[in-house]
Amino acid sequence: MELVTPGIGLLFWTSLAFLVLLFLLKKFAWKPILQALQEREQKIEQALASAREAEKKIAEIQARNENLIAEAARERETILKAAREASEKMVSEAKEKASAEAQRILDQARESIHNEKMKAITDLKNQVGMLSLEIAEKIIRLQLQDDAVRNEALKKLLDDIQLN
Amino acid sequence: MRPKFPKILKINQSSLKFKSILGLWLVGSTLWASGGTGGFDAGKMIFDHVLDAHEIHFLTLNEGTPQEKHISLPLPVIVYSKEHGLDMFWSSAFHSGGHHAAAEENHPVEAVHGAEEHAGQMAPLSDPSHGVASSHHNSLPEGAHAYGPYILYKNTIYLAENGGLVLDPQGNVLNKKPLDFSITKTVAGIFLAFFILLFLFISTARAYQKRGVAAPKGLQSVLEPLVLFIRDEVAKPSIGPGYQKFMPYLLTVFFFILICNLLGLIPFIGGFNITGNIAVTLTLAAFTFLITSFNGNAAYWSHIFWPHGVPKWLYPLLIPIEIMGMLNKPLVLMLRLFANITAGHIIILSFVGLIFIFASIFGPAVGYGTSLLSMVFALFMNTLELLVAFLQAYVFTLLSALYFGQAVEEPHHPAEAHAQTH
Repeated sequence: MELVTPGIGLLFWTSLAFLVLLFLLKKFAWKPILQALQEREQKIEQALASAREAEKKIAEIQARNENLIAEAARERETILKAAREASEKMVSEAKEKASAEAQRILDQARESIHNEKMKAITDLKNQVGMLSLEIAEKIIRLQLQDDAVRNEALKKLLDDIQLN
Repeated sequence: MRPKFPKILKINQSSLKFKSILGLWLVGSTLWASGGTGGFDAGKMIFDHVLDAHEIHFLTLNEGTPQEKHISLPLPVIVYSKEHGLDMFWSSAFHSGGHHAAAEENHPVEAVHGAEEHAGQMAPLSDPSHGVASSHHNSLPEGAHAYGPYILYKNTIYLAENGGLVLDPQGNVLNKKPLDFSITKTVAGIFLAFFILLFLFISTARAYQKRGVAAPKGLQSVLEPLVLFIRDEVAKPSIGPGYQKFMPYLLTVFFFILICNLLGLIPFIGGFNITGNIAVTLTLAAFTFLITSFNGNAAYWSHIFWPHGVPKWLYPLLIPIEIMGMLNKPLVLMLRLFANITAGHIIILSFVGLIFIFASIFGPAVGYGTSLLSMVFALFMNTLELLVAFLQAYVFTLLSALYFGQAVEEPHHPAEAHAQTH
């Protein structure tokens, strides 16, 4: 029976010891311990959050860098393209100009050649004419030495005049 | 001791566990076996360990011989009675001067003489020599020790009537008892646990204050997981929001029970059985009950006194049931811890006792042989008890937290809340 009969002394001492223990531990142990644990948890949470934040920022910066690089590459491409185009244009322009000049020079040359040729031809014609006249004069002179022929020619000339 | 056996049987059955059944069988067999021999009383040995005492007994030398000597630590006895007022003296006063009743069976003891003889020698805390009658009509039975007007018999202090004890035919003592506020073995164990807990947790708290939010170290790393376990696995899920309020109690009760349980498992320090004492578990369960009741909100009380969705005519039936249910919780809390720890102690002691029973029946050789097997079982039980020490501390704390949770729970759906608790 003693086993299941609570003694008053033990009830008293247990209550007293437990209450004092509860009070002392609450004040000097549980409060600082739980507070420290909570603080640490908050710190860890914060650290994790800031780490996540930093990671996000790094990712952002990386993305921006990549964008910049890509943009720069694009720009470079356009610049190069423009330069190429410009140079091509310049070359083709120069070519055109050169060929036009050449054409002009050629044309000029051709013209002057033509002129010279015409002059030469005219000269030649004149000389040929002179020579022909001289020759014709000489022939006529020779022919007209013969009376019959002279008469006939006269007659003919007269005929022509009549006809007219 | 022997007549108590059937009652122990009942207590053990209440815990309804394999271990208790095993314990029963063992206690039964040991008691039966010891009954036959008389050389070694296992029942007495076990109950001397399990029950509270007024001294911390370490060992007995020359047992059973006239030179029998007990090595024990005396504890302060504090008694109050109307007749003699408040008295304080060392429990060794009861044993001083060879007042072992065995030696004085034949001639009635002169308690008064014994006490007076040794009052000076043993330096009592206060002198209880007043009010001692000098007539010697009653005798002291075996195992009773007298000091002044007090008689220590079977761990209980009685007021002497005419210098002795009055027994009825069943052997029950009819004497009046003083209010006994002695620092008994169990109280000493509680104080020990008290200082261990203070040391452990105040030094841990210091470490937190010193180290700030740095990673735990040393004692911190041992205790922190337990504290976190109580907070995150017990308090938070069981109580919900507002659990912080109950944390100091839950932590204190968990570690108090744990340390007391563990103290009970350490041999050679006097065999404390703190949480296996019904007064201790009663006190703890009472605290849980009081905290639950004081924190009970309107929903909690209305559930008990105005059950929802029940016809009015059922109230006379339901309200007593609800009140019984409310009182049942701490009662079960008290019995579970008490029965588990006591049963564990009884089983381990039974295994140890087996050795001496076999030795006393079949001789020392068999005793040594038995010791091998007994020790294997005792070791197994000790390991199991180590687990039980944690488990019971956890169960007590968890159930306390659940009761607090019920007390502060805000009903979302009255019907559902009603269904949950039934």
